[in-house]
Amino acid sequence: MIIKHTASAGTVTKNDCQVTVAPGTEGIEVELQSIVKHQFGDQMIQAARSMAEEMGVTAAKIKIEDKGSLDYVIRARTETALLRAAKEAEA
Amino acid sequence: MRRTMLFMPGSKPGNLLNGDVYGADSIIIDLEDAVALAEKDSARILTKHAMRTFHYDCELIVRINSLTTPFWQDDLDMIIPEKPDVIMPTKVYTAEDIRTIDAYITKIEEAHGMPVGGVKLIPLLETAASIENAYEIAKASPRMAGLYLGAADLSLDMKGTRTREGYDIAYARSRLVIAARTAGIDALDTPFTWDIHDNDGLAAETRMVKNMGFNGKACIYPGQVETVNEIFAPTKERYEWALAIVKGAAEAEAQGKGVVAVNGELVDGPVIITAKNTVAEYERIHGVHC
Repeated sequence: MIIKHTASAGTVTKNDCQVTVAPGTEGIEVELQSIVKHQFGDQMIQAARSMAEEMGVTAAKIKIEDKGSLDYVIRARTETALLRAAKEAEA
Repeated sequence: MRRTMLFMPGSKPGNLLNGDVYGADSIIIDLEDAVALAEKDSARILTKHAMRTFHYDCELIVRINSLTTPFWQDDLDMIIPEKPDVIMPTKVYTAEDIRTIDAYITKIEEAHGMPVGGVKLIPLLETAASIENAYEIAKASPRMAGLYLGAADLSLDMKGTRTREGYDIAYARSRLVIAARTAGIDALDTPFTWDIHDNDGLAAETRMVKNMGFNGKACIYPGQVETVNEIFAPTKERYEWALAIVKGAAEAEAQGKGVVAVNGELVDGPVIITAKNTVAEYERIHGVHC
């Protein structure tokens, strides 16, 4: 899957997160903003990274703004943002 | 048993996390009206991941977008492989609409090695045509498990006005419950939307539709669940009456009698079936009492 442009999914409200995906040059880079980053950061980053890998993404910049989201939400928002970012931009 | 069906938006992670904690017999994850057009994809994907993550301790229904939108096939493509108990089609007009959805679900089930027919259907009857075609819709597919009345959109289609007393939907309720009963499936009532804190109003409307023959009622607010559950559940007195009938009937059968008197009440086939259903329903809710 090729990331063609920047796209987002999710919200910055309770129990949710906003994931923004942009084209990358090499590998999958994940940036996380969360008040529980010290406790659960590695697991949260891995949730986004594994979702991207499962979708065949090899290069992307992924930014997560977390507001208390569980892993399933991070995976869902990452999947949505990636699909949106891989679509051709509408004219 | 579908005394209560609690709606929750498919776009809200917090709601999906707590779906089954309110005691509803079913939850309806909504991909239709509760979700903005621009978020149809994200709600669908979030619902898929929630279904993979949580085991809801109740029946799981997913309300999909209507055949008149470009979303219904994407909804089914993503949700059916996650094995929902029921799909709730919206804006149904005819039996053919049900057959179209049935055929599409069948293709997905076959493609994923799922048993064909395992996913049931409870369509929303919320158009004038659907009320007119209620029985044909109820019989349109072996997947059919119930008919559910959608009063808000029906009122819109009828060019009428919703009334708190329900005069505007009295005929639709009657027509729907007769069609459902004739077809042997559940009749499920529209939610009480006037004031989510008006439990007296909710209780009065729920008693009315229970007396009409409805099996249950949708809820749009968790606080409505307990009231509706209580009204649709058999009372302890009713259970004890039913238990006596069932025992009396079993003794009569053992003695080769067709008709028996229990506590002075002459009991025959339909009464025994009602009693057995009441016992089964009570024991499902409260556990078996020895």
